[in-house]
Amino acid sequence: MEPVAQIETLPEPPQESPVIAPGQTFASVTAKISNAVLVDPTPLSWFAAFAVAALLLAMFMGAVTYLLLRGVGIWGINVPVAWGFAIINFVWWIGIGHAGTLISAILHLFHQSWRNAINRFAEAMTLFAVACAGMFPLLHMGRPWLFYWMFPYPSTMQVWPQFRSPLVWDVFAVSTYATVSLLFWFVGLIPDLATYRDRAQRTWVKRLYGVLAMGWRGSARHWKRYESAYLLLAGLATPLVLSVHTVVSFDFAVANMPGWHTTIFPPYFVAGAIYSGFAMVLVLAIPIRAMYNMHALITPRHLENCAKVMLATGLVVAYGYLFEGFAGWYGGNQYEIYMIHNRLVGSYAPFYWSLLTCNLLIPQLLWLRKIRKNVLALFLISIVVLVGMWLERFVIIVTSLHRDFLPSSWGHYTATRWDWAVFIGTLGLFFTLMLLFLRALPMISIAEVKMLLPAAKVEAE
Amino acid sequence: MPQLFPHSANSSVRVSLVILVTVVAALAWVGVSYQYGPYTTRQGQTREQPVPFSHAHHVGGLGLDCRYCHTSVEGSSFAGIPPTKTCMNCHAQIWSGSSMLAPVRDSFRTGESIRWTKVHDLPDFVYFQHDIHIAKGVGCQSCHGDVDRMPLMYQAKSLQMRWCLDCHRAPEKYLRPKDQIFNTEYTYPANQLALGRQLIQQYHVRSPQDITSCSTCHH
Repeated sequence: MEPVAQIETLPEPPQESPVIAPGQTFASVTAKISNAVLVDPTPLSWFAAFAVAALLLAMFMGAVTYLLLRGVGIWGINVPVAWGFAIINFVWWIGIGHAGTLISAILHLFHQSWRNAINRFAEAMTLFAVACAGMFPLLHMGRPWLFYWMFPYPSTMQVWPQFRSPLVWDVFAVSTYATVSLLFWFVGLIPDLATYRDRAQRTWVKRLYGVLAMGWRGSARHWKRYESAYLLLAGLATPLVLSVHTVVSFDFAVANMPGWHTTIFPPYFVAGAIYSGFAMVLVLAIPIRAMYNMHALITPRHLENCAKVMLATGLVVAYGYLFEGFAGWYGGNQYEIYMIHNRLVGSYAPFYWSLLTCNLLIPQLLWLRKIRKNVLALFLISIVVLVGMWLERFVIIVTSLHRDFLPSSWGHYTATRWDWAVFIGTLGLFFTLMLLFLRALPMISIAEVKMLLPAAKVEAE
Repeated sequence: MPQLFPHSANSSVRVSLVILVTVVAALAWVGVSYQYGPYTTRQGQTREQPVPFSHAHHVGGLGLDCRYCHTSVEGSSFAGIPPTKTCMNCHAQIWSGSSMLAPVRDSFRTGESIRWTKVHDLPDFVYFQHDIHIAKGVGCQSCHGDVDRMPLMYQAKSLQMRWCLDCHRAPEKYLRPKDQIFNTEYTYPANQLALGRQLIQQYHVRSPQDITSCSTCHH
């Protein structure tokens, strides 16, 4: 055997796939992303997905109409479990939104330029997830038309909302989050909207994108202002990634309910939010790149990076579960110990064990490079994580509430078909909005993806 | 290729921004006026009554005491609307032929009550009690205004919750000595705040925390 051959057989260090496939140019990126909306026929899979989503949306509207006619009594909520699905779904949806803001703001500030290919639809995901999340507290009020009572406005009653209540903090946190996310998304869209304006075929379409592009001409002055505005908004959105879900966790942690009253809640909720958010990013990215053949722009590198973030945040969440148990045991409070016991073997124990399987066990597969490279496996694990994170909120809310301090006030919670109709209906709302977004707006940021091209790098240096 | 937008487009956008701000401000103004104004509260509006009874004449002119008609005001939640007999104590003798008083005589003859229109009508979710307010030194005038100068009855105050809370949060601004409660000509002394605080002690008025608690008025 010759020594040369021996060297050749040494295993090569694993190669990272590129953030943008080789062979792309400025023109090809523009054409790829703008033709998807303006020129190419809409893919048949889009119509199929839209039909399903619109059907679910119709179910949502029907369920909400019946809810408004009959009141929240059609849901399974009752004392002692007065929160139920409405709050589970609120926390689930608002958590999903967090990944979009993390990708667009925090990764931008940290110069993680790979995020340029996925930030646009991730931000859209944030907006639509916040819209779905907002539905639940509103509907849970029972009289949603009086929602403005939550705001501190000069009312003739001269009473203000209870500022010591985390539920009021929620109103501010979520409305701030929605406003900043919308602004950030829109400002980022402006140069791309101008591209669409210039490349659209029909006059009214040109006018429409033209109005939205707000007179963008791409001059150096425009770019300079755009860059500062974008950076400022990224700075504004960054603390929100941490603060919004912290405030949501206060809804629980500030109460003295066993299983809620722990200091681990804020970091553990934020990690859980990002965990489920990245799962949703993958659930969206994988079909989108297949549907619009975007494999050159959303590469295996993006999917792998998302999987790595999931793995990391999933471990923080696992630490949270561990510490909940530890705090219950170490604290020695009989109610906390009973709560842990009730989770492990009580009437909702199957939910807790499924939650551990979905959130702790199965995602450990992501340690394997082979799994991270396998698109189908990533898609399925992401769905498992989304289910797991939903179960987590179910366990937190229902198992704590249904066993109160006094056995005389114990109860049981079962969701009704209307609970399910509203929940699955918001999935319809989310995917309808998402599909309309894919159909009408640049799903990938044209201007930012161009910065990933080798040509852009040479000029910058 | 022709220009997508005419020259005027920039100006139109700027003008529409101004219009947008104006419209939002106008809507806010309309909302506030609607909520606070007499259209909603009926403050200052006289009501149609079966007999045009004048408090100005009976109280201001003749000097009747409030309690001559509103007999239960000191001992009941309801101040009391007088029975027709109370009217007839005098009107059997004076103005006994007046056509204006025909409904009073009809009521007396048939025994059917006169259907007065309630002017100070609080919502049903508020439990207001006259007696406790009298017992703690609130003058009639404080809520009902200058009744002795009202030819026809109207609501002098808004009766909105913020108005209730104005006094419940700082009762010392309005409390009177016991013997001045029914005085329609009462003027507050210069040292009202000091006097008010003294009266709070004397009448054992509970703290603003207690009397602004929801269940004080909404059971």
